[in-house]
Amino acid sequence: MIGLEHYLTVAAALFVIGIFGIFLNRKNVIIILMSIELMLLAVNINFVAFSGFLGDLTGQVFTLFVLTVAAAEAAIGLAILVCFFRNRGTIDVEDVNVMKG
Amino acid sequence: MSADLNIILPEIVLAVYALGALLVAVYTGKDALTRPLIWLTAAVFVVVAFWIGVSSEVGTGFTAMIVKDGFSRFAEVTILLSAAIVLVLSQDYMARFGLSKFEYPLLITLAVIGMMVMVSAGNLLTLYMGLELQSLSMYVVASMRRDNVKSTEAGLKYFVLGALSSGLLLYGISLTYGYAGSTEFAAVILAASGEVPLGLLFGLVFMLAGLAFKVSAAPFHMWTPDVYEGAPTPVTTFMATAPKVAAICMFARVTHDAFGNVVEDWQQIIALLSVLSMFVGAIAAIGQRDIKRLMAYSSIAHMGYALMGLAAGTVGGVEAMLLYMAIYVVMNIGTFAFILTMTRDGLETTDIMSLNRLSEARPGAALALLLLMFSLAGIPPTLGFFAKYAVLQAAVDAGLVWLAVLGVIASVIGAFYYLRIVYYMYFGETEAPLDNDVPVVQMVALAASGILMLALFPNLLGLEPAAAAAAAALVR
Repeated sequence: MIGLEHYLTVAAALFVIGIFGIFLNRKNVIIILMSIELMLLAVNINFVAFSGFLGDLTGQVFTLFVLTVAAAEAAIGLAILVCFFRNRGTIDVEDVNVMKG
Repeated sequence: MSADLNIILPEIVLAVYALGALLVAVYTGKDALTRPLIWLTAAVFVVVAFWIGVSSEVGTGFTAMIVKDGFSRFAEVTILLSAAIVLVLSQDYMARFGLSKFEYPLLITLAVIGMMVMVSAGNLLTLYMGLELQSLSMYVVASMRRDNVKSTEAGLKYFVLGALSSGLLLYGISLTYGYAGSTEFAAVILAASGEVPLGLLFGLVFMLAGLAFKVSAAPFHMWTPDVYEGAPTPVTTFMATAPKVAAICMFARVTHDAFGNVVEDWQQIIALLSVLSMFVGAIAAIGQRDIKRLMAYSSIAHMGYALMGLAAGTVGGVEAMLLYMAIYVVMNIGTFAFILTMTRDGLETTDIMSLNRLSEARPGAALALLLLMFSLAGIPPTLGFFAKYAVLQAAVDAGLVWLAVLGVIASVIGAFYYLRIVYYMYFGETEAPLDNDVPVVQMVALAASGILMLALFPNLLGLEPAAAAAAAALVR
C-alpha cells in the first residue's frame, strides 16, 4: 500500500536533487532553470499528496497557482538569459562572473 | 462580496492604473511618455498612501485571505511613499543614461502591488502570490539595461537565487499545510501551539530560510552585493528601500500571525540570522571599493539589526523593528540620492575614491552625506542611533542580552567603513572633482534626509506612535 510517507519521500528526494542541481552544476544555466522547475514540481507533489491525505482541496488549488507562477517565472528567466547571451555570447555557469561576490 | 472588494480597493486602483497606463503608453507615445508617467505614478503612490493612511478601516476579506490592520497600514504607507520618492529621484538618471523606458514606472507599480499584498496576507497562498508578483517585477527591472553585461548578469543572479528562495519557501509552505491542515494563518497558529509536530517545525525552518533570502540576511545574502552593483543605480535604490520593508514586514507576519504561539521555536533561528548578518555586513564591507557594493553590505548589516527587533518576539520588538525600517529607508534614500549624482565628465562612477575632497567641491553635499554616514553608523545624536537604541533595548527587555552585546560590537566594527567615507570626503587626497551639475530633486532629497537625521526625537511626525499602534495590531 502506498501511503503519504512514500509521496513525501519522493518529493523530498526530487527537491534535494533540484537544490544540488543548482549548486553542483558547473555547465549550463539552462540546467539551473530545469533544477528550479524540478524543485517546484516536488513541492506540487507534496501539496497534492497532503491534499488527498487531508481530504482538503486547498492543496490542489495551491498547486494550480504554483504551476502558473512557475510558467511566468520560466518565461522571465529565459528572457533574461537571452539578454545575457547577447552580451556575453555564452551561457556557461562559469562565465557568469563579471562581478565577484 | 463588495465588502471583500472594498478591503483591497487600493490594490485594485493601482492594478487598474498600471494596466491602463501600459495600454496608453504602448499605443501612443512609448518612451516619450516616460517622464510624465514617472511623475504620474509617483503622484498616484502618494495619493494612495494618504488614502490608506487616513482610512482606519480594519478587517479581513476573501475568507481571511487578506488582512488589513494597523500593521499592514504602516507597512503600505512606508512602501508607497518610499517608492514614490525613488521614482522621482530616478527620473533624471534614466534620462541622462538613455534608460528612459516607460516600462520602468509600470513595473515598479506592479512590484508595489505585490508588496502591498505581501504585508497584508492572511493566508500562505496570498503571501506567495504577492511575493512572486514583487519578485518577478524586480527580476525584470534589475536587468533593464539590456545591452550591459553587468545589468543582465545581475538580473540572472537575482533570478536564480530568487527562484531558489521561492522554492525553499514553497517547500516550507507545503509542509506547513500538510501538518497544520490549512494554509490560513488563523488555523496554522492553532496547530502551532504547545507541542509542535516535527513536520510543522521543518516547514517553519524552510519558510524562515526562504524569507531570509528575501531580506538578504546572512547566510543567505550572497546575491545582494552582485545585484546591487550590477543593477542600474535607480533600481538599486529601489531594491534597498521598499522591498526590504515589505520582506521584513512579511517576515513579522509569518512569525507572529502564524507562529505567534511558539516564539521560542523561531526566536533562536532569527537571533542567529541577526548575528550573522550584522557581522557579515560589518566585516565584508571593509574591503569594498565600490559604493554600491558597500551599501549592499551595509543593508545586510541593517537587516541584522531589524531582525534583532523581531527576534525579541514582543510587541516592543516589532515596534522597534518598524521604527528601524522607517529610519533605514530615509537614510538609504538620502545616500542613494547622492550616489545617483556621482558622475565625472558625464560618466557614472561608483568608486569611493572619487569622493576624495568632496568637501571642497560640494560642501553642502559633503555635510549632508556626513550626517547620513554618522546616522548609518549609529552615532548619537543622529536618528540612526535612536533606531539602533530601540532594537537593542527590545532585545535586552526580551532577555537576549548576548544578542544586544554582539550587536553593539558589530556596530563598532561597521562604523569604520562609514567613517572612512567621511575621512575621504574631508581629508582625502586631492583628485579630479565630481561633476557639479546636480538636479534639484536630488539636492532636495539629500538635504532633507540630512536634516531629518538631526531631528533629535524619533517620534518625528508621529512615527513612533504609529509604529507602536502597528506593532500592537500584529502581536496579540
